[in-house]
Amino acid sequence: MTTSAKRRLEVQLGPVRLKNPVMPASGCFGFGREYSRFYALDRLGAIAIKATTKEPRFGNPTPRVAETPAGMLNAIGLQNPGLEAVLEQELPWLAQFDVPVIANIAGSTVDDYVYVAEKISTAPNVAALELNISCPNVKCGGIAFGTDPHIAAQLTKAVKGVSQVPVFVKLSPNVSNIVAIATAVEEAGADGLSMINTLLGMRIDLKTKQPILANGSGGLSGPAIKPVAIRMIYEVSQHVSIPIIGMGGIQSAEDVVEFFLAGASAVAIGTANFVDPYICPKIIDELQSLLDRMGVEYIHDLTGMGWKHGSAKA
Amino acid sequence: MSETFTQPMMNRPGVPQVSLLTVTSNSPVARQVYRMTLKGDGVQAMVEPGQFVHIKCGSSASPLLRRPLSICDVDRKKRELTIIYRVEGEGTRYLSTLQSEDMVDVLGPLGNGFPLGNRDKADRVLIVGGGVGVPPLYYLSKCLSKRGARVTHILGFNSQEDSFLTDDFHQLGETYVTTMDGSLGHKGIVTDIMAHWPPESWQAVYACGPLPMLKAIEQHMAGAYQTEVYLSLERRMGCGIGACLACVCHTPDSAISYKKVCTDGPVFKLGEVIL
Repeated sequence: MTTSAKRRLEVQLGPVRLKNPVMPASGCFGFGREYSRFYALDRLGAIAIKATTKEPRFGNPTPRVAETPAGMLNAIGLQNPGLEAVLEQELPWLAQFDVPVIANIAGSTVDDYVYVAEKISTAPNVAALELNISCPNVKCGGIAFGTDPHIAAQLTKAVKGVSQVPVFVKLSPNVSNIVAIATAVEEAGADGLSMINTLLGMRIDLKTKQPILANGSGGLSGPAIKPVAIRMIYEVSQHVSIPIIGMGGIQSAEDVVEFFLAGASAVAIGTANFVDPYICPKIIDELQSLLDRMGVEYIHDLTGMGWKHGSAKA
Repeated sequence: MSETFTQPMMNRPGVPQVSLLTVTSNSPVARQVYRMTLKGDGVQAMVEPGQFVHIKCGSSASPLLRRPLSICDVDRKKRELTIIYRVEGEGTRYLSTLQSEDMVDVLGPLGNGFPLGNRDKADRVLIVGGGVGVPPLYYLSKCLSKRGARVTHILGFNSQEDSFLTDDFHQLGETYVTTMDGSLGHKGIVTDIMAHWPPESWQAVYACGPLPMLKAIEQHMAGAYQTEVYLSLERRMGCGIGACLACVCHTPDSAISYKKVCTDGPVFKLGEVIL
């Protein structure tokens, strides 16, 4: 492989360099242990780990998933082993792989976020934080921080004040003006954005006449939400100068390129991991040949190439 | 899908893998219930009774998620796997349309199956199944019978039209059938038959079926501490490999301790999880 071939998938997310733009999305990959049975995790551009909270959390009652056309609903409820276990067991285990970790963090109060951010950002393999201000499945915290630009900005600022690593903010699509939230967190010092989290949804069982999910509503993910993600990234990326990790229904190398054209600088694969555990390395392999077919040398050249119509600009 | 993509850990027994298997037969065996046989090299990895496979139903994005289906029988010489499924939704309806020579994308084997322990001809073993919980018990009974254990089966169905595999179980050992409407065997539920023996009569009890049935068995076996009791659970799943945490259940230990049905189970020892 020539240097150029090796470098054609490299991307730069602000100060963070990735060998390729593909990472599993937070919440869809645990802490990597399960998928490491299928392939070497070093192949990934990065890993976004399961949202970590100060204390361990069990999450919501079951059923926690329901199928929908071209997608799924989930209401896991941020189940995780807590900060201490992640620092002592999960991150050191992940350190055996040559792959940067993006630590997704969540909390019920600003203090919770700050506490987790300060500690987890000192772990040697954590390359960036991802502020989860968009989980639709928890009563306190999560989405409550992601729907008001002022609160989102305050939280970003507080976390930036203690973090040793760049801070990405994961935005919720469940807002009327996503550009307002995006620009507010950029002004507050965010180093990048992750877009999008799941869309609020619900399904009702005809037999029981009750919602299928024990939580009632849940987060819709999968190919069904891809056009929403593309539209939001297209819009936001033209109003901010920080990089965007795009996500929402990606299943193929073609989907990845579409996210880049919309304005993303890297991508995260979520639900598709559940369908095909090999999806991330498959897409990484396919990107090489797709770039060949498209006559594109470096994938980062594609970021924002879809903007020429400019109609998304307000 | 990339044609050149290779799976680095192919064909290690017990290690899950994605394989394309060929349908060799697929036909109804009861009302809305089908038996499908699948053939291919991937079958060599399917070893434990009680494990399951996660099947992609179609090649499009809808239905998106795989469907967990228990392994009913394995013939490693013929490289053939049998599953029995009830048509309930979009995914299983798709499966019911497949014909000989069609290909199916199968992830497996998944989960921990029924421990066979040191069961031998000195042992009396009870196997209890209900509805579509019956299929994985067939391969279990075959494995136990091979070791010489004396196996008794109790199979519960809603009615005769819903019953299947009863003759196959008869060939492996004493078999009792119950139906809710009395159209076949005893009218009633499986625990009616279990009540004929003191719970301590068995060295081991293995069960798979609907939750109320498992709860009734749990209650029936509560004081029989010498008997090993294993229950196979069913839960809605996302990934099937332990990453998504959709299928968790509580354990008696604490409010935050849990087990995943897909990877810690689907088979649990009685008392290991809260039903």
